[in-house]
This record gives sequence, structure tokens and C-alpha cells, in this order.
Amino acid sequence: MSDREIVTVEEWEKPLPRTDAISAPYWEAAAQGRLLIQECASCGNRQWYPRAMCTKCGGDVTWLECSGRGEVYTFTVIRQMGMRPFRDELPYAIAMVRLEEGPLIFGNVTDVDPDDVRVGLPVEVWFTKVDDEIGVPSWRPA
Amino acid sequence: MDRTPVIAGIGLSDYPKAPHLDTVQHHVLAMQRALADCGIEKSEIDGYINASSGGMMVDDPVTMAEYLRIDHRYIDGTMTGGSSFEFHLQHLAAAIQEGLCDVALVTYGSDQLTRMGRKLGTGGFQRGGQKVPGPVQYEVPYGGSLVGSYAMYATRHAHEFGTTSEQLAEIAVGVREFAGLNPNAIYRDPITVDDVVNSRMIADPLHKLDCCAITDGGGALVVTTAERAKDLKQPPVYVLGAAGAQTHWNISQQTDFTTSAGALAGPIAFERAGVTHDDVDLLMFYDSFTITCLILLESLGFVPQGEGGPFVAEGHLKRGGKWPLNTDGGGLSSCHPGMRGIFLLIESVRQLRGQGGEAQVPGCEVALAAGSGGWLSCIGVVLTGREHP
Repeated sequence: MSDREIVTVEEWEKPLPRTDAISAPYWEAAAQGRLLIQECASCGNRQWYPRAMCTKCGGDVTWLECSGRGEVYTFTVIRQMGMRPFRDELPYAIAMVRLEEGPLIFGNVTDVDPDDVRVGLPVEVWFTKVDDEIGVPSWRPA
Repeated sequence: MDRTPVIAGIGLSDYPKAPHLDTVQHHVLAMQRALADCGIEKSEIDGYINASSGGMMVDDPVTMAEYLRIDHRYIDGTMTGGSSFEFHLQHLAAAIQEGLCDVALVTYGSDQLTRMGRKLGTGGFQRGGQKVPGPVQYEVPYGGSLVGSYAMYATRHAHEFGTTSEQLAEIAVGVREFAGLNPNAIYRDPITVDDVVNSRMIADPLHKLDCCAITDGGGALVVTTAERAKDLKQPPVYVLGAAGAQTHWNISQQTDFTTSAGALAGPIAFERAGVTHDDVDLLMFYDSFTITCLILLESLGFVPQGEGGPFVAEGHLKRGGKWPLNTDGGGLSSCHPGMRGIFLLIESVRQLRGQGGEAQVPGCEVALAAGSGGWLSCIGVVLTGREHP
């Protein structure tokens, strides 16, 4: 497992997850630089976002640590946004990323001119550490 | 007794800008007009339906049933976003056939524009630092917007099928032409494809004119049996077949950004109605965005997947075309308070009655209303007709 960059921030002014029993491990792993999805022990299904059961067969799931690699499946460049602090960062890219492991994940694409984001762009995950409980995964060109 | 479901009455509240009305007043005014339209007394209503619009308990179904004083024996509060009303008709068609109620009232109202301005598509729904529970927690740190979510469909559709902004623009141009014939529409000046693709980019590739307007407004339907409708004021409009399906709710859980649950609901509705695509004379699609219409057109089977772009560019959805789209001017150019599904049905009825005026589709016998709720998440399809099935 290659090291994933973690950037610690003093202040986070954007909305945050209100974590629950299922989501807390996901966000805590991200704070430690690990991207988790879930895999079903019975049917092998892999899924994101984390849930209390398998979306395919309803059975029990376990955590699976991802490689952190993927590619952009689709995206948009947000050019109008009323809410701060996002408004101060316009324009920025939002994407669905196809993980190497299979599922799609929602996130930002950073460290690239938004006009250069394209479907198929290979990306890798990096993390913003908000605190010990929450890290926010983002994506940048691999 | 002939219990074939009929939409017997329709009512529209004031739009597009109604600062004199709050949400509840929109529901009330629409109801009053629908009752007057068909000539039925409020006391006869025994079923009440609306789409719960949030936790405020101001215009949710039980509160509105109390406020309107509808002593119902059938209530439905199905909430699938903008398509709620198509799901309501799916449920009502069965309920009326089954005898669960005889005369149902559906209402909707919203002072969206007056109260919130134009933030719906790009405002962001959370405050900075807010802790957000549930599945949306996985989206909120990233600054997505409603427009942005739909834009991701357009990006992927372009990638897989080569759909262009110019092709999407044709949809906006055609619907704007119909808005020009509607004195109440918010935007009536004709636009060109160039106007659309040169309008400000909101979220790539969707431009301002690819996006629906934000307005105030409200609507109501009276749905009853064909037997009861015989003695009412307006020509009956029959519910031929209705169906609804869901593929996801939150945008992060869509797995195919080129289609919709219309692929599931459409065939069921057509089969129940016993009609084909060629029988359809009018399309009332939820036009939150141009891409919404394109994906509905394809996923409902009007054209093969991927061929929607060239098809609309040939003008088939315009006035005089094979399948005229949104003859009231749509959400794109006429009326969209936040949930538009009831207006799709109201215009279907108006056209099938032959009351479309300048916008009348000649020989309109069958209409298809397709509501999209959430993020192209829940698709409700209602086929209505002028002739008794």
C-alpha cells in the first residue's frame, strides 16, 4: 500500500459529516490516510458509501482498504455556487471516480486546471485531515 | 359502475411571481380553481394527496388535509421529489379502481421564488461547518450543486454518445417557443441555439439556459371515477396507465449516468395503457434541465439510447413535430417552483380537452407525463387519453 498524502488543516469551514456507527470508521480511516470501501463476505459485492449491510444480498459486509487509484467516470466544473467557502474556490471540479476495486465514489478533483479534467483521467486519492475523527478524501491526477 | 380513473378537474395557482401568496395559499388557490373547473363540492372529496415537502409540518399531507378540512378515507404523502405527483397518479389509479376513494384531491404549492430567491440549483443546501447526517454526509464536504449533479449526466452522455451542447440547446429552444404562447410564462422571448450555448456556464456542460427557471406556483387535480365525471363540467381525461420506479436517491449512488428509471417504469406504463410510442401525441417531461428531457426521451424508449441528440436536433420535439414537448413552456421557461410534476399532468389534461389555445397540439388524443424526482432518481410515468380505454 503506497503512502497517501494527508494534509492537516487548522480550520475547516465546509460542511462535515455527522458520523454514525457505520460511517465513523470510514471517516476515521480517511483521517489516517486510508480509503475504505465494503465487501460482502457472502456474495463478493463491493460498495460505497458504507452501509450496515450488503446492497446486493443484504448480508454482512467487511471493510476493504483501497489502492487509492481510480479514474474519472464523469465530472462537472462548478462555476456558480452561492455557499461559502465554496464560492471563494470557483471554479472547481466535482467527479464520480471509478475505483480500481470497482465502485464509484463522489469527490473533488484537485491539483489540475478544471478545464483539463476529462473522463478517463487517471487519479489517485489524497486526504485532508480535519481532526482525528474525520479525513476528507479528494482526487488528483495520478 | 364505471370506475375508470379520470382527471376531472385542474387548477393552477398564480405564477410565475406571486409575492402575495405563501405556500399554503398556493395549495388553497389551486384547489379552489380545480373545484370550480369541474364543478364538484369540496365536501365530496374523500381522498387527499400531496408530496410532503419537508419537516416543517406546514404543508405536509396530514396538516393540509386538516387545513383544507378534507375528511378523507384515503391519504397519500408519497415523496419522490418532483415526480411525486406521477407516483400519486399511479397510486390513485389503483385506489379509485379498487374503491378506496371516489373523489381525490391532489394539491401542490410553493412560494419558492418569493421566499428563497434563485438559490435552488446553485445555493448549496448546507451551512459551512454544519454536521450533516445520512447519505448526504458523503457529498457535503465537496461543494456539489443540484445543477452540477445533472451536469454529470450530460458529461457522461457526451462521452458515450457524442451528445453536444447544441443538441441539448434545441430542447430549450423548442420549449421556449411554447412559453412564448403562454402569457403567464416567466420567459417568453424566443431563443436560439447560439443564445443557449453562449449563456453563462453554470456547471459544465450545462449553461444557464439549459437550466429550469425558479418561480412561485401551485396546482391541483380532482381525480374521480368515469361514472362521477359524466355529470361534471369538463370533458373527462382518462388515466390509461401509470408506473413509477427508482434507481437511487442521492446522486452519489447513480451507477449509470446515461439513463434513468424510466427504462423500468416506461414499459410498465405503456403496457398497462395498451398504447405505443407512436400513439403518443404530447410529451410532458420534467424539464429541470435539457439533459433531463434527453435522458427521459431515450430511457422511455422513444428513441434508442444515444440517438436522442441527433433526434432532437431534427426538431421532432418542437411545435408541429412528431412529439411536441412541454406545450405550457415547461420548467425551462414557464413555471418551476421546485417540484414540477403536477404541472405535467395539468397541461396533459388541458391539451387532451382541446383547451390548449394557440399551443394546442392538433388531434391530441394521448399524452405522456414523465416526472423526474431527486437527481433523475425516481421516474413516474402517466399516460392519459381523451377516449375511454
